[in-house]
Amino acid sequence: MAHKRAEMLVDPLVDNNPITLQVLGICSALAVTSSLQVAFVMAIAVTFVTGFSSLFISMIRSQIPGSIRIIVQMVVIASLVILVDQLLKAFAFEISKTLSVFVGLIITNCIVMGRAEAFAMKNPPIDSFIDGVGNGLGYGLILMLVGVIRELFGSGSLFGITILETVNNGGWYVPNGMLLLPPSAFFIIGLIIWAFRSWKPGQVEEREYKIQTVEAH
Amino acid sequence: MEGLLSLAVKAIFVENLALSFFLGMCTFIAVSKKISTAIGLGISVMVVQSITVPANNLILNYLLAPGAFAWAGFPEVDLTFLGLISYIGVIAALVQILEMVLDKYFPPLYNALGVFLPLITVNCAILGGSLFMVERGYDFTESVTYGVSSGFGWALAITAMAGVREKLKYSDIPDGLQGLGITFISAGLMAMAFMSFSGVKL
Repeated sequence: MAHKRAEMLVDPLVDNNPITLQVLGICSALAVTSSLQVAFVMAIAVTFVTGFSSLFISMIRSQIPGSIRIIVQMVVIASLVILVDQLLKAFAFEISKTLSVFVGLIITNCIVMGRAEAFAMKNPPIDSFIDGVGNGLGYGLILMLVGVIRELFGSGSLFGITILETVNNGGWYVPNGMLLLPPSAFFIIGLIIWAFRSWKPGQVEEREYKIQTVEAH
Repeated sequence: MEGLLSLAVKAIFVENLALSFFLGMCTFIAVSKKISTAIGLGISVMVVQSITVPANNLILNYLLAPGAFAWAGFPEVDLTFLGLISYIGVIAALVQILEMVLDKYFPPLYNALGVFLPLITVNCAILGGSLFMVERGYDFTESVTYGVSSGFGWALAITAMAGVREKLKYSDIPDGLQGLGITFISAGLMAMAFMSFSGVKL
Protein backbone atom coordinates (compact mmCIF):
# COMPACT_ATOMS: atom_id res chain seq x y z
CA MET A 1 0.00 0.00 0.00
CA ALA A 2 2.78 2.41 0.97
CA HIS A 3 4.55 1.49 -2.23
CA LYS A 4 1.48 2.18 -4.30
CA ARG A 5 1.06 5.59 -2.68
CA ALA A 6 4.64 6.55 -3.40
CA GLU A 7 4.02 5.58 -7.00
CA MET A 8 0.91 7.75 -7.07
CA LEU A 9 2.99 10.70 -5.95
CA VAL A 10 5.79 10.20 -8.47
CA ASP A 11 3.77 9.05 -11.45
CA PRO A 12 2.41 12.52 -12.39
CA LEU A 13 5.92 14.01 -12.36
CA VAL A 14 7.10 12.53 -15.64
CA ASP A 15 5.09 9.51 -16.79
CA ASN A 16 1.73 11.16 -16.53
CA ASN A 17 2.56 14.83 -16.28
CA PRO A 18 -0.55 17.03 -16.26
CA ILE A 19 0.98 19.65 -18.55
CA THR A 20 2.92 17.70 -21.14
CA LEU A 21 0.61 14.72 -21.45
CA GLN A 22 -2.85 15.65 -20.27
CA VAL A 23 -2.69 19.25 -21.63
CA LEU A 24 -4.17 20.64 -18.42
CA GLY A 25 -3.46 23.89 -16.64
CA ILE A 26 -1.24 25.42 -19.28
CA CYS A 27 -2.77 28.89 -19.03
CA SER A 28 -0.99 29.95 -15.91
CA ALA A 29 2.02 27.75 -16.57
CA LEU A 30 2.99 30.08 -19.37
CA ALA A 31 2.11 33.40 -17.87
CA VAL A 32 3.86 33.39 -14.52
CA THR A 33 7.20 31.85 -15.46
CA SER A 34 9.26 34.90 -16.41
CA SER A 35 10.89 34.88 -12.98
CA LEU A 36 11.69 31.85 -10.86
CA GLN A 37 10.48 33.25 -7.56
CA VAL A 38 7.00 33.90 -8.89
CA ALA A 39 6.89 30.49 -10.56
CA PHE A 40 7.89 28.89 -7.26
CA VAL A 41 5.14 30.62 -5.28
CA MET A 42 2.61 29.74 -7.96
CA ALA A 43 3.70 26.08 -7.88
CA ILE A 44 3.25 25.93 -4.11
CA ALA A 45 -0.14 27.62 -4.32
CA VAL A 46 -1.40 25.21 -6.97
CA THR A 47 -0.06 22.15 -5.12
CA PHE A 48 -1.79 23.34 -1.96
CA VAL A 49 -5.10 23.90 -3.73
CA THR A 50 -5.07 20.62 -5.70
CA GLY A 51 -4.06 18.61 -2.62
CA PHE A 52 -6.65 20.01 -0.26
CA SER A 53 -9.48 20.33 -2.76
CA SER A 54 -9.03 16.64 -3.62
CA LEU A 55 -8.96 15.79 0.09
CA PHE A 56 -12.12 17.72 0.95
CA ILE A 57 -14.07 16.70 -2.13
CA SER A 58 -13.16 13.08 -1.51
CA MET A 59 -14.36 13.36 2.10
CA ILE A 60 -17.81 14.54 1.02
CA ARG A 61 -17.95 12.60 -2.23
CA SER A 62 -20.77 10.27 -1.16
CA GLN A 63 -22.90 13.20 0.02
CA ILE A 64 -22.67 15.18 -3.24
CA PRO A 65 -25.64 14.66 -5.59
CA GLY A 66 -24.40 13.94 -9.11
CA SER A 67 -26.32 16.73 -10.80
CA ILE A 68 -24.74 19.57 -8.82
CA ARG A 69 -21.27 18.09 -8.29
CA ILE A 70 -19.53 20.61 -10.55
CA ILE A 71 -20.83 23.56 -8.57
CA VAL A 72 -19.98 21.90 -5.24
CA GLN A 73 -16.43 21.24 -6.44
CA MET A 74 -16.21 24.80 -7.66
CA VAL A 75 -17.23 26.18 -4.26
CA VAL A 76 -14.64 24.06 -2.44
CA ILE A 77 -11.92 25.08 -4.88
CA ALA A 78 -12.90 28.76 -4.86
CA SER A 79 -12.83 28.90 -1.05
CA LEU A 80 -9.33 27.40 -0.99
CA VAL A 81 -8.17 29.87 -3.63
CA ILE A 82 -9.58 32.79 -1.62
CA LEU A 83 -7.59 31.48 1.35
CA VAL A 84 -4.38 31.38 -0.71
CA ASP A 85 -5.09 34.81 -2.16
CA GLN A 86 -5.63 36.38 1.26
CA LEU A 87 -2.51 34.70 2.67
CA LEU A 88 -0.40 35.97 -0.22
CA LYS A 89 -1.78 39.47 0.17
CA ALA A 90 -0.96 39.40 3.87
CA PHE A 91 2.52 37.88 3.82
CA ALA A 92 3.91 38.32 0.30
CA PHE A 93 2.27 41.42 -1.08
CA GLU A 94 4.88 42.11 -3.78
CA ILE A 95 4.53 38.62 -5.23
CA SER A 96 0.76 38.75 -5.08
CA LYS A 97 0.95 41.98 -7.12
CA THR A 98 3.08 40.30 -9.79
CA LEU A 99 0.87 37.25 -9.91
CA SER A 100 -2.13 39.63 -10.23
CA VAL A 101 -5.11 37.78 -11.67
CA PHE A 102 -3.36 34.44 -11.94
CA VAL A 103 -3.93 33.53 -8.30
CA GLY A 104 -7.66 33.88 -8.89
CA LEU A 105 -7.32 31.86 -12.05
CA ILE A 106 -6.24 28.79 -10.07
CA ILE A 107 -10.02 28.28 -9.72
CA THR A 108 -10.33 27.59 -13.41
CA ASN A 109 -7.04 25.75 -13.62
CA CYS A 110 -8.07 22.53 -15.30
CA ILE A 111 -5.71 20.42 -13.17
CA VAL A 112 -7.62 21.16 -9.97
CA MET A 113 -11.01 20.50 -11.49
CA GLY A 114 -9.67 17.56 -13.50
CA ARG A 115 -8.26 15.75 -10.46
CA ALA A 116 -11.37 16.45 -8.39
CA GLU A 117 -13.63 15.05 -11.09
CA ALA A 118 -11.46 12.17 -12.30
CA PHE A 119 -9.90 10.95 -9.06
CA ALA A 120 -11.26 12.43 -5.86
CA MET A 121 -14.89 11.59 -6.67
CA LYS A 122 -14.04 7.87 -6.74
CA ASN A 123 -11.27 7.38 -4.18
CA PRO A 124 -10.76 7.63 -0.40
CA PRO A 125 -9.47 10.92 1.10
CA ILE A 126 -5.81 10.06 1.77
CA ASP A 127 -5.23 8.62 -1.71
CA SER A 128 -6.94 11.63 -3.26
CA PHE A 129 -4.77 14.00 -1.26
CA ILE A 130 -1.61 12.24 -2.45
CA ASP A 131 -2.86 12.22 -6.02
CA GLY A 132 -3.64 15.93 -5.81
CA VAL A 133 -0.24 16.79 -4.36
CA GLY A 134 1.48 14.63 -7.00
CA ASN A 135 -0.29 16.40 -9.82
CA GLY A 136 0.42 19.78 -8.27
CA LEU A 137 4.10 18.85 -8.11
CA GLY A 138 4.08 17.64 -11.71
CA TYR A 139 2.71 21.03 -12.69
CA GLY A 140 5.25 22.76 -10.44
CA LEU A 141 8.11 20.82 -12.03
CA ILE A 142 7.34 22.13 -15.52
CA LEU A 143 6.72 25.60 -14.12
CA MET A 144 10.13 25.65 -12.41
CA LEU A 145 11.88 24.26 -15.51
CA VAL A 146 10.44 27.00 -17.68
CA GLY A 147 11.14 29.56 -14.95
CA VAL A 148 14.80 28.55 -14.68
CA ILE A 149 15.33 28.78 -18.43
CA ARG A 150 13.53 32.10 -18.78
CA GLU A 151 15.12 33.85 -15.82
CA LEU A 152 18.64 32.48 -16.25
CA PHE A 153 18.96 33.27 -19.94
CA GLY A 154 16.55 36.20 -20.04
CA SER A 155 18.02 38.25 -17.22
CA GLY A 156 21.06 36.26 -16.10
CA SER A 157 19.84 35.56 -12.58
CA LEU A 158 18.06 32.90 -10.50
CA PHE A 159 15.69 33.86 -7.66
CA GLY A 160 16.86 37.44 -8.27
CA ILE A 161 20.52 36.52 -7.53
CA THR A 162 22.87 37.28 -10.41
CA ILE A 163 24.44 34.14 -11.90
CA LEU A 164 25.54 35.36 -15.30
CA GLU A 165 26.83 38.95 -15.06
CA THR A 166 25.08 40.90 -17.83
CA VAL A 167 26.75 43.33 -20.20
CA ASN A 168 24.80 46.26 -18.75
CA ASN A 169 26.47 45.67 -15.38
CA GLY A 170 29.92 45.30 -16.88
CA GLY A 171 29.82 41.50 -17.24
CA TRP A 172 30.09 39.31 -20.32
CA TYR A 173 26.60 37.87 -20.75
CA VAL A 174 24.28 39.43 -23.33
CA PRO A 175 20.78 38.62 -22.02
CA ASN A 176 18.19 37.29 -24.43
CA GLY A 177 15.35 39.77 -23.96
CA MET A 178 13.06 37.60 -26.06
CA LEU A 179 12.86 35.09 -23.20
CA LEU A 180 11.14 37.62 -20.96
CA LEU A 181 8.35 38.16 -23.51
CA PRO A 182 5.24 35.95 -23.65
CA PRO A 183 5.92 34.00 -26.89
CA SER A 184 9.11 32.42 -25.54
CA ALA A 185 7.07 30.42 -23.01
CA PHE A 186 5.26 28.69 -25.87
CA PHE A 187 8.55 27.69 -27.48
CA ILE A 188 10.07 26.45 -24.23
CA ILE A 189 7.04 24.32 -23.35
CA GLY A 190 6.95 22.97 -26.91
CA LEU A 191 10.60 21.99 -26.63
CA ILE A 192 10.12 20.46 -23.15
CA ILE A 193 7.31 18.33 -24.53
CA TRP A 194 9.60 17.25 -27.36
CA ALA A 195 12.32 16.31 -24.86
CA PHE A 196 9.88 14.39 -22.62
CA ARG A 197 8.48 12.48 -25.56
CA SER A 198 11.87 11.57 -26.96
CA TRP A 199 12.73 10.22 -23.52
CA LYS A 200 9.44 8.32 -23.17
CA PRO A 201 8.45 7.38 -26.73
CA GLY A 202 5.18 5.90 -25.42
CA GLN A 203 3.79 9.44 -25.12
CA VAL A 204 4.17 10.26 -28.82
CA GLU A 205 0.87 11.07 -30.55
CA GLU A 206 -0.28 9.13 -33.63
CA ARG A 207 0.07 10.86 -36.95
CA GLU A 208 -3.13 11.65 -38.79
CA TYR A 209 -1.45 11.43 -42.15
CA LYS A 210 1.58 9.38 -43.06
CA ILE A 211 3.99 10.61 -45.67
CA GLN A 212 4.24 7.94 -48.29
CA THR A 213 7.64 6.54 -49.04
CA VAL A 214 8.31 6.20 -52.75
CA GLU A 215 10.53 3.31 -53.74
CA ALA A 216 13.27 4.06 -56.18
CA HIS A 217 13.32 1.99 -59.33
CA MET B 1 -15.75 57.52 -27.36
CA GLU B 2 -12.12 57.60 -28.48
CA GLY B 3 -11.10 56.11 -25.17
CA LEU B 4 -13.47 53.20 -25.69
CA LEU B 5 -12.21 52.62 -29.23
CA SER B 6 -8.62 52.48 -28.10
CA LEU B 7 -9.63 50.16 -25.25
CA ALA B 8 -11.28 47.85 -27.79
CA VAL B 9 -8.29 47.80 -30.14
CA LYS B 10 -5.98 47.17 -27.22
CA ALA B 11 -8.11 44.28 -25.94
CA ILE B 12 -8.39 42.65 -29.36
CA PHE B 13 -4.84 42.94 -30.66
CA VAL B 14 -2.26 44.21 -28.21
CA GLU B 15 -3.42 42.49 -25.04
CA ASN B 16 -5.01 39.50 -26.71
CA LEU B 17 -6.27 37.21 -23.93
CA ALA B 18 -5.09 34.02 -25.59
CA LEU B 19 -1.77 35.07 -27.04
CA SER B 20 -0.34 37.54 -24.57
CA PHE B 21 -1.94 36.44 -21.29
CA PHE B 22 -2.29 32.75 -22.16
CA LEU B 23 -5.86 32.62 -20.95
CA GLY B 24 -8.14 29.85 -22.10
CA MET B 25 -5.11 27.90 -23.31
CA CYS B 26 -6.49 24.47 -22.45
CA THR B 27 -9.47 24.88 -24.75
CA PHE B 28 -7.37 26.92 -27.17
CA ILE B 29 -5.12 23.91 -27.72
CA ALA B 30 -7.75 21.20 -27.38
CA VAL B 31 -10.50 22.59 -29.63
CA SER B 32 -8.46 24.16 -32.42
CA LYS B 33 -8.22 21.13 -34.71
CA LYS B 34 -10.99 22.21 -37.09
CA ILE B 35 -11.94 25.72 -38.23
CA SER B 36 -15.70 25.15 -37.93
CA THR B 37 -15.58 24.03 -34.27
CA ALA B 38 -13.08 26.78 -33.49
CA ILE B 39 -15.46 29.41 -34.85
CA GLY B 40 -18.33 27.93 -32.82
CA LEU B 41 -16.34 28.03 -29.62
CA GLY B 42 -14.99 31.49 -30.42
CA ILE B 43 -18.49 32.90 -30.85
CA SER B 44 -19.70 31.25 -27.62
CA VAL B 45 -16.78 32.73 -25.70
CA MET B 46 -17.52 36.14 -27.15
CA VAL B 47 -21.20 35.95 -26.19
CA VAL B 48 -20.53 34.72 -22.67
CA GLN B 49 -17.71 37.21 -22.17
CA SER B 50 -19.88 40.16 -23.24
CA ILE B 51 -22.52 39.15 -20.68
CA THR B 52 -20.36 38.11 -17.73
CA VAL B 53 -17.89 41.00 -17.62
CA PRO B 54 -20.60 43.71 -17.30
CA ALA B 55 -22.61 41.48 -14.93
CA ASN B 56 -19.62 41.03 -12.65
CA ASN B 57 -18.98 44.75 -12.87
CA LEU B 58 -22.48 45.38 -11.47
CA ILE B 59 -22.00 42.74 -8.76
CA LEU B 60 -18.72 44.35 -7.75
CA ASN B 61 -20.05 47.89 -7.62
CA TYR B 62 -23.41 47.25 -6.00
CA LEU B 63 -22.75 44.26 -3.72
CA LEU B 64 -19.08 43.78 -2.95
CA ALA B 65 -17.32 47.14 -3.04
CA PRO B 66 -16.58 48.85 0.30
CA GLY B 67 -19.64 50.89 1.29
CA ALA B 68 -21.99 49.09 -1.13
CA PHE B 69 -24.38 48.42 1.74
CA ALA B 70 -24.40 52.02 2.97
CA TRP B 71 -28.11 52.29 2.02
CA ALA B 72 -28.92 49.48 4.47
CA GLY B 73 -27.05 51.15 7.29
CA PHE B 74 -23.77 49.18 7.03
CA PRO B 75 -21.34 51.69 5.49
CA GLU B 76 -18.27 49.87 6.82
CA VAL B 77 -19.04 46.48 5.24
CA ASP B 78 -16.37 45.42 2.73
CA LEU B 79 -17.06 42.16 0.92
CA THR B 80 -14.33 42.33 -1.72
CA PHE B 81 -12.72 39.15 -0.34
CA LEU B 82 -15.78 37.25 -1.59
CA GLY B 83 -14.96 38.43 -5.12
CA LEU B 84 -13.51 35.24 -6.56
CA ILE B 85 -16.32 32.98 -5.42
CA SER B 86 -19.02 35.43 -6.56
CA TYR B 87 -17.52 35.91 -10.02
CA ILE B 88 -17.23 32.20 -10.68
CA GLY B 89 -20.75 31.68 -9.33
CA VAL B 90 -22.12 34.39 -11.60
CA ILE B 91 -20.30 32.90 -14.58
CA ALA B 92 -21.55 29.37 -13.87
CA ALA B 93 -25.12 30.59 -13.36
CA LEU B 94 -25.14 32.81 -16.46
CA VAL B 95 -23.76 30.05 -18.66
CA GLN B 96 -26.47 27.73 -17.36
CA ILE B 97 -29.19 30.32 -18.01
CA LEU B 98 -27.82 31.11 -21.44
CA GLU B 99 -27.89 27.41 -22.26
CA MET B 100 -31.55 27.13 -21.22
CA VAL B 101 -32.58 30.29 -23.09
CA LEU B 102 -30.83 29.18 -26.26
CA ASP B 103 -32.37 25.71 -25.97
CA LYS B 104 -35.87 27.14 -25.65
CA TYR B 105 -35.85 30.05 -28.10
CA PHE B 106 -32.99 29.49 -30.56
CA PRO B 107 -32.67 25.72 -31.06
CA PRO B 108 -30.39 25.93 -34.15
CA LEU B 109 -27.95 28.15 -32.27
CA TYR B 110 -28.17 25.80 -29.28
CA ASN B 111 -27.31 22.85 -31.46
CA ALA B 112 -24.30 24.66 -32.83
CA LEU B 113 -22.96 26.04 -29.55
CA GLY B 114 -24.47 23.60 -27.04
CA VAL B 115 -21.44 21.37 -26.70
CA PHE B 116 -19.15 24.27 -25.89
CA LEU B 117 -21.23 26.08 -23.31
CA PRO B 118 -20.44 23.87 -20.28
CA LEU B 119 -16.76 24.00 -21.28
CA ILE B 120 -16.85 27.75 -21.08
CA THR B 121 -17.58 27.88 -17.35
CA VAL B 122 -14.09 26.67 -16.63
CA ASN B 123 -12.44 28.64 -19.42
CA CYS B 124 -9.83 30.89 -17.83
CA ALA B 125 -10.44 33.58 -20.44
CA ILE B 126 -13.90 34.25 -19.00
CA LEU B 127 -12.86 34.49 -15.35
CA GLY B 128 -9.67 36.26 -16.43
CA GLY B 129 -11.67 38.90 -18.28
CA SER B 130 -13.71 39.63 -15.15
CA LEU B 131 -10.61 39.73 -12.96
CA PHE B 132 -8.85 42.14 -15.32
CA MET B 133 -11.96 44.31 -15.27
CA VAL B 134 -11.76 44.42 -11.46
CA GLU B 135 -8.03 45.00 -11.35
CA ARG B 136 -8.10 47.83 -13.86
CA GLY B 137 -11.19 49.43 -12.31
CA TYR B 138 -13.31 49.70 -15.47
CA ASP B 139 -16.69 51.45 -15.18
CA PHE B 140 -19.84 49.94 -16.69
CA THR B 141 -19.48 51.19 -20.31
CA GLU B 142 -15.80 50.30 -20.33
CA SER B 143 -16.55 46.83 -19.05
CA VAL B 144 -19.12 46.26 -21.82
CA THR B 145 -16.53 47.33 -24.40
CA TYR B 146 -13.83 45.23 -22.77
CA GLY B 147 -16.08 42.16 -22.58
CA VAL B 148 -17.05 42.27 -26.25
CA SER B 149 -13.63 43.09 -27.61
CA SER B 150 -11.59 40.70 -25.47
CA GLY B 151 -14.00 37.92 -26.43
CA PHE B 152 -13.59 38.88 -30.07
CA GLY B 153 -9.81 38.85 -29.72
CA TRP B 154 -9.93 35.33 -28.28
CA ALA B 155 -12.24 34.15 -31.07
CA LEU B 156 -9.89 35.64 -33.66
CA ALA B 157 -6.89 33.90 -32.13
CA ILE B 158 -8.48 30.44 -31.93
CA THR B 159 -9.85 30.68 -35.49
CA ALA B 160 -6.45 31.65 -36.85
CA MET B 161 -4.84 28.85 -34.86
CA ALA B 162 -7.31 26.30 -36.26
CA GLY B 163 -6.47 27.51 -39.76
CA VAL B 164 -2.79 26.92 -39.12
CA ARG B 165 -3.39 23.49 -37.60
CA GLU B 166 -5.55 22.30 -40.49
CA LYS B 167 -2.56 22.78 -42.78
CA LEU B 168 -0.08 21.55 -40.21
CA LYS B 169 -1.40 18.01 -40.12
CA TYR B 170 -0.08 17.38 -43.62
CA SER B 171 3.49 18.27 -42.77
CA ASP B 172 6.33 15.99 -41.84
CA ILE B 173 7.05 16.67 -38.18
CA PRO B 174 9.57 14.83 -35.95
CA ASP B 175 7.87 12.13 -33.86
CA GLY B 176 8.27 13.71 -30.43
CA LEU B 177 7.04 17.06 -31.66
CA GLN B 178 3.91 15.59 -33.25
CA GLY B 179 0.60 17.04 -32.03
CA LEU B 180 0.96 19.04 -28.83
CA GLY B 181 4.59 20.10 -29.24
CA ILE B 182 4.27 21.64 -32.66
CA THR B 183 0.99 23.28 -31.66
CA PHE B 184 2.74 25.12 -28.86
CA ILE B 185 5.53 26.27 -31.15
CA SER B 186 3.12 27.54 -33.79
CA ALA B 187 1.12 29.33 -31.08
CA GLY B 188 4.40 30.96 -30.04
CA LEU B 189 5.00 32.18 -33.59
CA MET B 190 1.46 33.56 -33.71
CA ALA B 191 2.01 35.34 -30.40
CA MET B 192 5.11 36.96 -31.87
CA ALA B 193 3.11 38.15 -34.86
CA PHE B 194 0.47 39.62 -32.55
CA MET B 195 3.20 41.43 -30.60
CA SER B 196 3.86 43.58 -33.62
CA PHE B 197 0.44 45.18 -33.00
CA SER B 198 1.79 46.69 -29.80
CA GLY B 199 3.07 49.61 -31.85
CA VAL B 200 -0.51 50.56 -32.78
CA LYS B 201 -1.52 53.71 -30.93
CA LEU B 202 -4.87 55.43 -31.31
